[in-house]
Amino acid sequence: MKLIDRLYKDAPLATRNEITPKLGFLLTVLLAIVWLIPFLWMVVATLRPASDGINAMAELMPSLKPTLDNVRDAWEIGDFPRYTINTTIICTGILLVQFVTITLAGFAFARLNFVGKTLIFYLFLMQLMLVPVLLIVPNLSLVAQLGLYDTLTGVMMPFFASAFGTFLMRQAFEAIPTELEDAALIDGASLLQRIRHIYVPLSMPSFSAFAIISVTSHWNDFLWPLMVINSPDKRPLTVGLSVFTKTAEGTQAWGTIAAGTLMVVAPLLVVFLIFQKRFISSFVTSGIK
Amino acid sequence: MSLAEPAALPVATSAAPRLHVLKRFMGRFKASLPAYLLLLPSLVFLALFTYGAMGRVLVDALYQRATPKAPVRFVGFENISAVLADPAFAGAVVNNLIYAVGTAVPSIALALLFALALSRTHAVNSALRAALFLPVLIPMVAASALFLFIFLPNVGLLDYYIGRLLPVLPNWLGDPDIALYAIMVITIWKNAGYYMLFFLAGLQAVPEDVMEAAHLDGAGPYMRLRHIILPELKPTFLFVTVIAILNAVTQVDHVFVMTQGGPSNATNLVLFYIYQQSVEHYDIGKASAATLLTLAALMGLTALSFRTMANREGGP
Repeated sequence: MKLIDRLYKDAPLATRNEITPKLGFLLTVLLAIVWLIPFLWMVVATLRPASDGINAMAELMPSLKPTLDNVRDAWEIGDFPRYTINTTIICTGILLVQFVTITLAGFAFARLNFVGKTLIFYLFLMQLMLVPVLLIVPNLSLVAQLGLYDTLTGVMMPFFASAFGTFLMRQAFEAIPTELEDAALIDGASLLQRIRHIYVPLSMPSFSAFAIISVTSHWNDFLWPLMVINSPDKRPLTVGLSVFTKTAEGTQAWGTIAAGTLMVVAPLLVVFLIFQKRFISSFVTSGIK
Repeated sequence: MSLAEPAALPVATSAAPRLHVLKRFMGRFKASLPAYLLLLPSLVFLALFTYGAMGRVLVDALYQRATPKAPVRFVGFENISAVLADPAFAGAVVNNLIYAVGTAVPSIALALLFALALSRTHAVNSALRAALFLPVLIPMVAASALFLFIFLPNVGLLDYYIGRLLPVLPNWLGDPDIALYAIMVITIWKNAGYYMLFFLAGLQAVPEDVMEAAHLDGAGPYMRLRHIILPELKPTFLFVTVIAILNAVTQVDHVFVMTQGGPSNATNLVLFYIYQQSVEHYDIGKASAATLLTLAALMGLTALSFRTMANREGGP
């Protein structure tokens, strides 16, 4: 209780002795521990030697003879390097095209007046609600018609326009003082030059916030790539992991499954732990992607 | 200059006013052209993959082909009535409703608890927030792989630690009465930390001086929550509820990995039904009809929050 009192030492005087908030805090600590257990098990099981047997598999105490055998097995059976490359290509490709589309559209909404602005605004806004995953059936036919079935481009294409990104950039651009642009206008800079040299460099925080949201959501995408991709060598990490899990489940190779899962989640988790503040504030702005 | 002002010429005044309107419209259109060009790349993809796709769903729902190679045949509303009459679809809708309520309510309640407990920022709270947020960042497929073992009968994590307390070990994913709830646990675990962020942001808007005054008036924690904090968080609740319901329909990858809708359709959700119709039965007509019904339901829901969303994005 002493420890908790220390955490509440700068709370308003009147509330410092209340018991309810402290109970809530204790409950939260307890739940945070429960929340971490799957991750803890993943790491412990990854390092557990197969000789410990299936009955010790659930033990959360780490094994005294840790081994990397599971990691090696998963690496060899699962073709994870290939999956990682595919996921990286998908996320990078989507992000690069999105940067172009959202910058241009965001600028149009922020700084230009045009006929039908309200209508087009609502066309964009609707996209926020028509969650793309619901449109898998028609989009799959379209991708097939375009000859992009079983290609990484086919996986990327539906996400090239982003209403969320457009609104984010619009907000960033609106905050930039027009005087800066006027000066460039006098120097004879064209529209694209002004965007490129004034608006984009001043909006880097918004670009990075958008990049975080875009990459995490497409890194974790499963159903759409599952439908578009057929060849094993084009699978992204999520689809690869699901196939791998199916196979390893049959042989009860839980240590290998834990190792494979660890490989899939580690990159994002490491980046998150480094840029925690950035991630959190980006996710607050996201809401619906 | 004189060309731009034809009104000075008597001939021009007698010309049809329609021409004048057209000219003015052309002028405004010309002035709008740069904006249209900037919007074009986005609009092309929106047209293809959002609005085109919606049109396609509408059309595809009206046609049917018996086999993948057979010619399409116009069937009108037959697909829609076939879907509505399909007990598997009705089951998926009921499951999805249970799943939506059973995931939205607990995860929002937990998110509120977490946010209230961790609202003040210091190192300990930041670490706790990070711990609760970790599941948000991992793919649903990875979460499924971990929970496959947690729910594994006899040797799994849950049975190993808690099973001793139960008289009979339940088969978490194999029992049709339990499987849907097991699936719901994963969703709650994965999303509570995400919703927590919105409540943390919402709590910052609670006015400091009002809270202060409430303290002085002797309002206890419960009174402050009930009469100051909760009313202030109303927009946050609305927003998070909409996201939670959207997630309950769209974020169902774990059904694909863990249960395939089973046992005996107990975990069959709407999106999985759509997937089954299109990929396993090659019935695009029925899949489109089911998509159409789902879209209509979701748009009804989001229409409620359309104004809030428009304001959130700064208006047109």
